[in-house]
Amino acid sequence: MTPRLAAVPRSGSVAIRGGTVVDSNGSRRADVLVGDGRIIAVDAADDASDVTADRVLDASGCLVAPGLVDLHVHLRQPGREDAETIETGARGAALGGFTAVVAMPNTTPTIDCAAVVREVQDLSDGACCDVYPSAAITLGRRGEELAPMAEMARLGVRMFTDDGAGVQSSRVMRRALEYASGLDHLAGGAAVVLAQHCEVEELSEGGCMHEGEWSSRLGLGGQPAEAEELMVMRDIALARLTGSRVHFQHLSTAGSVAMVRAAKQAGLPVTAEATTHHFTLTDSCCADYDTVFKVHPPLRTEADVAAIRAGLSDGTIDAIATDHAPHTSADKEKPFDSAPPGMLGLETALALALTELDLPAEQILALMSWRPAAIAGIDDRHGRPVAPGEPANLCVIDPAAEWTVSGEDMASPSRNTPYEGRRLKGRVRHTLLDAAPVVIDGEAQR
Amino acid sequence: MNGGHKPRRHLLSITDLDAADIERICNLTESFAEVSRRRIPRVPALRGKTVVWLFYEDSTRTRLSFEAAAKQLSADTVNFSVGSSSVNKGESLRDTVETIEAMGIDAIVVRHSCAGVPHRVADWIDASVINAGDGCHEHPTQALLDLYTARARLGDLHGARVAIVGDVAHSRVARSDVLAFTAMGAEVTLVGPRPLLPASLEGWPVTVSHDLDSVLGEIDVCYLLRMQLEREAGGHVPSLREFRAEYGLDAARADRLRDGALIMHPGPINRGVEIDGDVVERPNVVITEQVANGVAVRMAVLFLLLGSGMDLTESEKMAA
Amino acid sequence: MAERERRFTVPHVGGTFRSRCQVMNGEDVGRAIRRMTHEVIERNHGTSDLVVVGLQTGGVPIACRMVEALAEIDGFSSPAGSLDVALHRDDIGLRPVLPQAETRIPENLDRKVVVLVDDVLFTGRTARAALDALHTWGRPAAVQLAVMVDRGHRELPIRADYVGRSLPTNLDEMVDVRPDGVHIGGMA
Repeated sequence: MTPRLAAVPRSGSVAIRGGTVVDSNGSRRADVLVGDGRIIAVDAADDASDVTADRVLDASGCLVAPGLVDLHVHLRQPGREDAETIETGARGAALGGFTAVVAMPNTTPTIDCAAVVREVQDLSDGACCDVYPSAAITLGRRGEELAPMAEMARLGVRMFTDDGAGVQSSRVMRRALEYASGLDHLAGGAAVVLAQHCEVEELSEGGCMHEGEWSSRLGLGGQPAEAEELMVMRDIALARLTGSRVHFQHLSTAGSVAMVRAAKQAGLPVTAEATTHHFTLTDSCCADYDTVFKVHPPLRTEADVAAIRAGLSDGTIDAIATDHAPHTSADKEKPFDSAPPGMLGLETALALALTELDLPAEQILALMSWRPAAIAGIDDRHGRPVAPGEPANLCVIDPAAEWTVSGEDMASPSRNTPYEGRRLKGRVRHTLLDAAPVVIDGEAQR
Repeated sequence: MNGGHKPRRHLLSITDLDAADIERICNLTESFAEVSRRRIPRVPALRGKTVVWLFYEDSTRTRLSFEAAAKQLSADTVNFSVGSSSVNKGESLRDTVETIEAMGIDAIVVRHSCAGVPHRVADWIDASVINAGDGCHEHPTQALLDLYTARARLGDLHGARVAIVGDVAHSRVARSDVLAFTAMGAEVTLVGPRPLLPASLEGWPVTVSHDLDSVLGEIDVCYLLRMQLEREAGGHVPSLREFRAEYGLDAARADRLRDGALIMHPGPINRGVEIDGDVVERPNVVITEQVANGVAVRMAVLFLLLGSGMDLTESEKMAA
Repeated sequence: MAERERRFTVPHVGGTFRSRCQVMNGEDVGRAIRRMTHEVIERNHGTSDLVVVGLQTGGVPIACRMVEALAEIDGFSSPAGSLDVALHRDDIGLRPVLPQAETRIPENLDRKVVVLVDDVLFTGRTARAALDALHTWGRPAAVQLAVMVDRGHRELPIRADYVGRSLPTNLDEMVDVRPDGVHIGGMA
C-alpha cells in the first residue's frame, strides 16, 4: 500500500500535483512525490490538498510520464561549440521533455576512443539531462578499421554507430557485428547495439535531397531511396548471418519500413527509429532552396511519410528520434549542395508527435521513452514505470497547450528549425532529472 | 491594381513568367534589337544604375552578353566574378552578397554551380537578382533568347514541335527551355539516353524519346544541348563516340529535318560531338542569331527590372 | 489618343479623354500641315538631304501626311521615319516607361537635315529626348521641330521651328490631336 503523500514530508522533496500518470503500465490519475533522486510515492487520491512537499509543481490537465529518451542527437561538442554544446543541447533536451539523450560520435575529434568518451562524459556532468555518448564503429568513422569498442564499452558506451555515414564495407560491418556481440558483459550487462545510418554512398554521392520529382525539377542532385534501402537490406542479411542486433537509424523510405517489418516478422534482432521530420515534412519543402530543409537522409515523398507513420503505428518502428543537428546560420547560408545537412529537433519532437500522429499519448510515450530506453540499454534509469523507488526522471506534459515554434526562443545557439512559425499542440511543462526540477513551467532551471 | 499581383523584382526562373509575360518580353526585345542596330548602340535608359556580375562559375559568353546589354543601356557594371578567387572559399554566400549590396547596387546577375543560389540571394537583399545560370536548374535569359530567336524565324510557336537533344539531366538550358517553349504552346520532346534524362519527369509537360532518328522528320526546332565532356568519365554514356553515333547531328540526320526546321544550340558547341562541323554552316543553323539576340533579350530584362519603373509582370498594364 | 506626355504621367489609371472644346477641325489640321510643309521647303531651299521623323505615337501620322505633302509639292521620295523616345526620357525610373512603338530611322543621319514632327509641344522634354536619341544615328547638319500644337509651359529651352497652332492652355488641361481636329479637355 502506498503511503499517503502527506505522511512523508521530506527535505528537497517535490510534489507533482493534479496530473495523470502515464507509463508502460497504462495511465491513472495520481500525484507523485519525489526526492533524493527517486520516486517516493504515487498517490491516487482525488483530493490532493494534503500533499506536502518543499516544492509543489502543478500538473493539472497534464500527463506525468517517464522522461523522454532520444536515441539520436548531435551535440557538436567537442569541435563545433559555436553550433551547440553539451550544456545547451541538454538544456534544449530537458525543455523538450527528454531526460536522456544518446550523443552521436561525429564530433571533432570523433568519439572513437576512451579519451573522447571520457571527455564527453565529463562535459555532461551537471547537464540538464543524462547524456550518453555513442561511439564510432570504425576509427574516424572512415569505415575501414574497427574502433576500440571494448575499451569504450567498459566506460559505459552501449551504442556504436558511424552516423553521418553508413559502414560501406559489408566485410567491416560483419566483423563489427560479430565483435560487438561479445561486449555485453563490459557494458554492465546491458546489450551493446550497433546502429546504422543506412546509405550506400555510391548511389547517393553528389545528391543533396531525395531523388525524384522535386530534385529533377529543382536541378539538385538526388539521393535515391534505394541508397538507403540497399543498406537496410544488407544489414538485415548481416543480422541474420551474425545473430547480432542491428538498430536502424532514421528510416526514411517506405521500402525500408517494409523490409524492417518483414525482418521483425522473421524474428531477426533488428530495431528501428524514425525522426520527427521524416513523418512531418516532404521533399517539396526544398522548393525554395531553403537549406534548413536539407537533412540526411533527405526528406522524402508523401508516400514515404505515410509509410513511416504506419510503421510507428504498428510497432515496426520502435522509437521516435530527433536527429537533432544544430548548424550555425553561416553554415546554413551556403549553397544548397554545400550547406551541412541537419535540423533542430529536441524542443519540437514531442509536440510534433502529439500534433501530427494520430496515436494515443501512451503509444507516443512508448515510442519516445521506454522503448528507446531499452534499445539504448539505459532502461535501468530511464523509461521506468512511475512507481515508488524508481529513479525520478520524469516529464510533465500539457497536451492541450498550443504554442508557436521559434528558433530564437530555443536553447541552442543554432536556429535551424524547419518548423519556424508553426503552431503545435502539446508542450512540456516540467522536467525532473533525479527528482530535481530542471524545467519548471517551461523554463530551464540550469 | 490587378488582384493577386505578385511583384517580380527578380528573374530567377521561367516559372516566374506566364505566356503573356514572355510575349511582352519578346516584344520589348524588338525595341532593344533596334537599339543594337544603331550606329551608336547606346541609350541612356539605365544611366546611374549599377549592375554587378556575381559569377561563381566561369562563363565568358554569358557575362559578355550581359555586359554588352548593360553597356548599351548605359548602366555601370562591376565585376565580382569569384570563380577562381579566394572569396569562394571562406566567406559565406550571404556575407558576400550583403557586402556587395552595401556598395549601393541595383541588380546582381548571379551564376553559380549550385541550383537555387539566385533564389537564396533574392531572399537576402533588396536589389534585383537575375539568374544567369544556377547549377543544373535554370538559365532563364537563355530560354528567352531561344524563344525570341525561334519566334523570329518561325512566327507563332503554338503547336510547334521542339526536340531538346542530349544531356537534359544536367542542363539548366533544357529546364528553362522546356518551361518557356511549352508556355508558348510548343510541344517539347526530350531526346537522349536514359542516364542523361532527369531522374523523374513527373510534372514535365514533355514526351521522351531515345531515338533521335524517329523524331527528326517531325520537328520544327532541333535544340542540341552542349554535351559536358566529363559525362563520359562519369559513366553516363559508354563513350562520346557512341553518344555521337546515337544522338549527334551529322549531315545525314540534318538532311532529314523538314524544310525550315531550325537547328539551335546554346553554345559553345562541341564540333563532332553533338553537331558535326559541316552542319554548323547550314542556313537553318541559328546559333549566331541566338548569340546576337541574347544581348537584346538581356537589355529587355535589365530594363524591365531596373528602368521601366515596373516589375516583370506589371508591364502588362502599360501595354494595355 | 490623348497626348503622349499626359498618357505617361497617369499610368495605370483608367479614364478617357473628354473634350471641352474643339479648337481646330479636320480641315484646319490639313491646312496647317500643308502650310508647315511649305515652310520646311522654303527654309531648307528644297527637300534634298531632308529626313522627316515622327515621334511615336502622336507625331507619326502627322509626319506621314507631311511627307505626302512634300512628295506632292517637291517630289520628295523618302518615307517618314519614326522614333520612340522612351529609352531616352529623363524621367526613367521616376515613373513607368516602356518603349511600345516602332523606331525606324535611315541608317546614317550625318549631314542630313532632320525634321522632328510631334503632335503637341508642351514641356519640351520629349523633344529633348528625341534630340538625344538622334545622336545615336550620327550627326545631322541641323534638326528642326514641327508641331501641330504649341501649348506653352516649357520646362526646357526648346522651341518649335514650325507650329500648326499656338494654343494657350492651363496646366491641368489636355490637348488631343487627331486627323479630324484638335480638342482641349481633360480626363474623365
